[in-house]
Order: sequence, then structure tokens, then C-alpha cells
Amino acid sequence: MDHPIKRDHARFRKIIKGKVRDNLRKYIAGGEMPIPKGNGQFKVPMPSINTPRFRFGDKSQGGTGQGDGQPGDPVDGQGEPGEGQGEPGEAGEQEGEKALDVEMSLDELASILGDELALPKIEPKGKKNMESTVDRYTSIGTVGPDSLKHYKRSFKEALKRQIAMGTYDPNNPVVVPIKSDMRYRASNSKIEFENSAVVIYMMDVSGSMGDEQKEIVRTESFWINLWLKSQYKDIEIRYIIHDATAKEVDEDTFFRTRESGGTLISSAFKLCKEIIDADYNADEWNIYPFHFSDGDNWSAEDTKVCVDLLKSSIIPNSNAFFYGQVESRYGSGQFYKDLSKEFGEKHEDVILSKIKNKDAILDSIKEFLGPGK
Amino acid sequence: MERTKPLSGELAKLRDEVLGYALDYGLDFYPVVFEVCDYDTVCILAANGGFPTRYPHWRFGLEYDRLAKGNTYGFQKIYELVINTDPCYAYLLSSNRYVDQKLVMAHVYGHADFFKNNAWFRHTDRRMMDVMANHGTKIRRYMDRYGQDTVEEFIDTILSFENLLDVNVLFQGEVKQATSADEEYEHKDERSQVLRSFMNSKMARGEADEDVVERKKTPLELLDDEVRGTRDIMSFLMQHAPIEEWQADVIGILREEAYYFLPQRMTKIMNEGWASYWHSKILTKKALNSSEIIDFADIHSGVMAMSKQNINPYKIGIELMRDIEYRWDTGKFGKEYQECTNLQEKENWHIETNQGREKIFEVRRTHNDITFIDEFFTEEFCNRMQLFTYKYNSRTGRNEIETRDFKEIKSKLLNQLTNFGSPIIEVESANHKNRGELLLRHVHQGVDLDLTQASDTMANIYKVWKRPVSIETVVEDKRIRYIFDGLEFKEDK
Repeated sequence: MDHPIKRDHARFRKIIKGKVRDNLRKYIAGGEMPIPKGNGQFKVPMPSINTPRFRFGDKSQGGTGQGDGQPGDPVDGQGEPGEGQGEPGEAGEQEGEKALDVEMSLDELASILGDELALPKIEPKGKKNMESTVDRYTSIGTVGPDSLKHYKRSFKEALKRQIAMGTYDPNNPVVVPIKSDMRYRASNSKIEFENSAVVIYMMDVSGSMGDEQKEIVRTESFWINLWLKSQYKDIEIRYIIHDATAKEVDEDTFFRTRESGGTLISSAFKLCKEIIDADYNADEWNIYPFHFSDGDNWSAEDTKVCVDLLKSSIIPNSNAFFYGQVESRYGSGQFYKDLSKEFGEKHEDVILSKIKNKDAILDSIKEFLGPGK
Repeated sequence: MERTKPLSGELAKLRDEVLGYALDYGLDFYPVVFEVCDYDTVCILAANGGFPTRYPHWRFGLEYDRLAKGNTYGFQKIYELVINTDPCYAYLLSSNRYVDQKLVMAHVYGHADFFKNNAWFRHTDRRMMDVMANHGTKIRRYMDRYGQDTVEEFIDTILSFENLLDVNVLFQGEVKQATSADEEYEHKDERSQVLRSFMNSKMARGEADEDVVERKKTPLELLDDEVRGTRDIMSFLMQHAPIEEWQADVIGILREEAYYFLPQRMTKIMNEGWASYWHSKILTKKALNSSEIIDFADIHSGVMAMSKQNINPYKIGIELMRDIEYRWDTGKFGKEYQECTNLQEKENWHIETNQGREKIFEVRRTHNDITFIDEFFTEEFCNRMQLFTYKYNSRTGRNEIETRDFKEIKSKLLNQLTNFGSPIIEVESANHKNRGELLLRHVHQGVDLDLTQASDTMANIYKVWKRPVSIETVVEDKRIRYIFDGLEFKEDK
């Protein structure tokens, strides 16, 4: 039996999970993202769990402090907190004024997203999983090295034998195992599937993709990654930006770059194909190519090249191809029309989504991940 | 499940030694029971306000979450935990060093003496351990009966008014509730008859409630006279809101616990100062081995560390106690000294009065933080402590040092301590607009309310009072009245 506060604790975790779920839409639309803390945990700002009270508006109130400095000097430098400060005798009685940060594991966050969007678990495609054998010491054998000797089981065997032979005396309960009584921990070989996935993000960074559009892509890709990470054991992420030419970049550059000039989407698709061919054997990897743009392509000619690339190489190798069209004032949205004409609004391997604004991010994630590809 | 162990062996010996010193110095307390436990247990107990059992509620889980992760206090440990009961319980962390344990024991005896002797603690229930456990039983029973969500949600609502207390109630000794765990159902529900009858009559007459004309005083008008000016809002709602019996009982429980903790909030500086004074005195004069001096100095200075954003109650408290002792030892008090205008003479003032020790014992008996600061916080002390006030500068977007002027610092300190740091809210009318609405008044003392918080709090009061709730306050020097009518929070003109 553990202390009842563990139940309070479980209750608290449940409540904040509910709160995060309730606020997920607002949260995502606000462009807010949990802050990764390493070790698979995320810090989620949670201001709304605090109990409201009549209290003073603090900013105007100011306060008193100790130390040197002249009037006008800033006091924002965190003073060193004294050890032992904060009388625990009244913990819980202190006003809970600090905005609350809660830590959540990747799985918790992903399950919230999954519940909210009713996302299906992804079936990793076909046989394209890596199999690996893992040894686990889950059974007992009669041979083995001394280091794996299982004393309890060995004595149990000896006891059984002595009772059966009538040599056990309860008044003098001495049990002496002999060689045949010895038992050892033994390994069971288990086959585990190691699913690996790669996400390839492609984005049009030509002039018409403004900051707001990129913010949308950034937020959306964060949550997509979060979900995919919860579904696969290993995941790699690659980034491609393009205008009339494409190049592979790191994450930071991906979200920062802004170019002018024309747009040749095929350049990105070509690079995407090259990356897949070079690094990702489609038999072993689950491949997720995402392309985001505002829908303007240079020419109908180039769009044709794109469709050919999709059909001949990208789609056959991927779980699906995902296209997200971020609405911008300057974009015509033609590419979406072209793709849907070619593949239909509902195509199993080509998933299209229009993202009108930040509020639409969550629905778009649902469109992408809803089919569970 | 045993999470704590009684002292044994070396620690028990050490306790006897420290206890001896404490008694020799004239400290006076109920028996103190020390228990040893691990860090997880200290976190559990601290999250529960020091008590092994509380009523079930997620906020204790929240507090535990924070403490266990060390978020609140960074890397610092919880050093000591002591509760105001008879006998007094205190917990020692098993992983602490010997020198830490000495310090904690001495510190704890200081607190125990304060709990027993300070006037503001006089009416606290020393059997709170049992009371808390009973509260737990009752709330769990209500949860079984009405559902965990329902009860917990109601508690959430009530916690919103946990700071709407009247400090004078502490001296009336009537915080305790009427009902015990077994008799909760024997009372007939009469509390909310007044408001109920009002609503019934209102329903009977349709919406025509404007014609409640002068005849005899209606029950609501009588109630209105009775409650005008009360600051014990929890009690007011418990007695007069149209709520169920169990809900009134829940308010009573939360109110009793809030009043139990109130003296600790009102005497933070003094209590910590007093305990720190004694751990310092007992260790440096008696209990320390010479090999432990450095470690002691290290811990002690950690506890006394100053901060630019807040005053450290341990530091201010201990220094003020020492200052008082020094002044009353050297005759630096009284009319003659106060009126002395020769600065040099004043500085070198020394009359062997030797009343210091006696004086601080008296101070710890009769004062709370406000009167303590008001009476003993001098200009000389203020300068020595390097205190300042700061203010938010909206132009630079940061807090900046405002002044080192003694008078302003003192008045700011006093302001912060007034009404244990909470705004003073009182009932202005329980029959506002002659419609059974509730009108509260914020007794404005220079600092405005946080309006977002206020609006959410009023929504919670509405849930209990079930009629529109207004509050009169001052915003940027303008007198304003806000109303929450069940739908929105808006200015009431």
C-alpha cells in the first residue's frame, strides 16, 4: 500500500491531461509548443490550473528586496534562493502564483493528441519492418553458468526431492541441493520488430511564403513528429527547402530561410527521391514525405514532372505522400487543384490538406494522420 | 505502512543533548516527537502541510509533484518540517549529515516554542492531526455518496475563497465546526432558508420582484443588517448560501483548516527569525564540535541568503531579533534614547540594562509580523540590511529599484504584510439591489486587484450564492463596481 497522496498525484496528472486536451486546439493555434527537456520529457505551460483568488495585481505592486544597487537599477536578476527557505510546514498554503509547468512524457502528449483527433495507430507497412532477436532471461533451465544460478528455485527442487525421498525432517529443516537440483536462469529468444521511419519535409520558401505560413508549417510539423515518434522506435527527420532549386538543410535553416524567385516544386521532389534512394531502403523504412507550399508552381510543365516523380518513385516507396497547402495572400493554390485532379480528393497514397490559418492546423494534422498510414 | 521511524541510537542521544540546551535557554514547548524518514516521505508530508493524512484532493498531488521534482526550490532540499500540534511532530531527513540534524533539531525547538507561546496561535487546535484525519474521512464519505468529481469540483470552487478570512476570528476561538464525523446528517437544513424563501416568493410572483415594498423588514433585509461588514466570507457563505448540508460541511472543513494555517502566515518573519535565532545560538554556543563549524556556517549562510526580489524572512527575522536583544541590552530604547538628538552620543549610547533576552521572549509572545515590523524596524536597521523597494517600469519592461528611503520601505513592508498579504474583502450587502444579490467591497489600501483573477473568483462565488455577485473596488484611482451576473463579468454602472 502506498501513501494516499499517490492517488492525489495520479488524479492531478489526470486532470492536467484533461486540461491539455481541452486546450489543445487553442494551444496549437496559438503556435505554442511544449519545450523538449531531453530525456523524452516535455515541459507544457499550464496557467489555467491555478485556483483563482482575490489577490493584488502584482506588476504595479512591486516589492521589497535586499542588496546593493542604485534606484533605477534592474532587480530582475534572480536572487539566489536560500537553502531551506520556503517553510514546508505551510506548503500548499502559499499562494500558488507561479504559472505552472507540467512535465509530460512524449507518450503522454502523443496520446492526448491521438485521443483528441481520434488518430488510429499506424500499421507499419507490410513486411518492411526490421526484425531483430532479443535475448531475455525469462525462463529457467537445468544447465548454465554459476553466475545465473537461481537459488530459490534450486532449493525448491532440492526440497521437492527430499520430501519425495523421505529424507526431509521438518524438525531439522536442512535442505541440501545436489547437482541435479540446480536451476539456472535461461534466456528466451524473442523476435522484436524494429520500426524505423523517416520524415522528409519539403517546403517552398519562395517570397510568397510569409512568416505566418512558416509558423504554421513549423507548428504542424512539430505535432506530426510528436505523433510519429510515438509510433516508431526510431525516427529520422530530413529537411528540404526549395524555390527554383532545392537543397537539403538543417532544421533551423528550414524554418528561417526566405528566398525570392520562382518556384519549381519538381526540384524538391527530385532531391527527395535522391535522398530516399541513397539512404532509405524502402523495405526497411517507413517513409513520410511532406510537402508544404502555397500552391504556386512555375509552370504546368513542372507540375507534370512532379506528378511523374510521385508516381514513378516517391509514392511506391512511401507510406503515403502528404501535401499541405498553406493559404497565402499571393498563392493561387493551383498545385492542390492539380494534384487532386490527378489523384482525386481521396486517394489512398496521396493525402492533401488545405491549411487556411493557424486554427486549421489541428484539422490538417487529422487529415494527414487520420488514415493511419 | 510505516514511512517514518522514531529516533534511535546516536540521533536520540543528540536529541536529548539539544533538548537540554533548549530548555536551559528557557524555551518552552509541548513535547516534540522527532521522526526520521526518507526524502520521498518528506515531500509527501510537506505537500500535505506536514500532516500524514489530509482529505483527498488533487492539489496535494500537485504540490507533491513539484516538491518531488525539486521544481519549486531548485536544488535545495527541504531541511525541516514541523507541525503545530501537541505533541509537536517534526521530521528529520535520514540522509542528512549529523551537523544538519543538530541544526534542524535546534531550529525545530524554536518553532515549537513559538507555536506554544505566540498569542496568535493560542486558539489553534493542537489535536489537528486527528481533525485532519477526520476531515479526510468525511470528505471521502461525501465522495462515495455524491461522486468524486462533484465533491472535488466543489472543493475547487471553495478553495477560491480560502484567503477571505477575518484575522480577528483567531481570537474568538470559534473556528471549530459544530459537526463531528458522525453527526453530519442529524441537522435539519436551515441555513439557506432565507435566500430560498426569497427565491420561492420570487418564483411565485413571476418576475415582478420590484414591488418588494417597505412593510416589516423581510428576512433578507434582516440578514443584510446582520452580515454587513463581515470579512469572514467563508463563514458567511457556509451559513447563508443556498447550498446542501454536505456542501456547508465542506466549506466548514476548508475554513477550519484555513484558519488553522493562518497564524503561520501572519508570523512568518517572526517565527523563522525566532527559530533561526535559536538554532544559531544553540549551535554556536553549545552544540557544535569544532570540526563542524565550517559546515554549519555553510548551511546557515544558505538559509540567510538575501534576494533582490524578496526579503528573506529568515534573514530579516533573525537580524531583527538580534537587534532588539542588543538594543535592550544596551539601553538603546525608551523615551530618553528616542529623543536624543546628538548623533554621536546616540551611536555610542551604552547603558547596561541587560533586558535583551527578556525582551525578545516578550516580543515572541505578543507580536505578529505587522506589529513586529511596525514597532522594531528602525531606520538604522533598514540601512544595515540594505533594503530597497522596487517597482515595475513599463517603459523598460523590468523591475527596477525604486527607493532606499526608510519610510517608504517600511510602509511598503507593512502594506505587503497587511491582512497576511491578501486583499481585504468584506460583505457590503447580502440583499443588493433588494434582490438578494451579493455586494462585496474591496477595502482598497493603495494596491489594485488582479481583475482577471477577481472575475474568476466571482464566478466561483456565484456558483455558491447562486445570485449575481458584485464587487466595489478601485482601479487606477477610480471607484468602480463590477458585477458577475452568471454569464459575464462587467462594469456595473
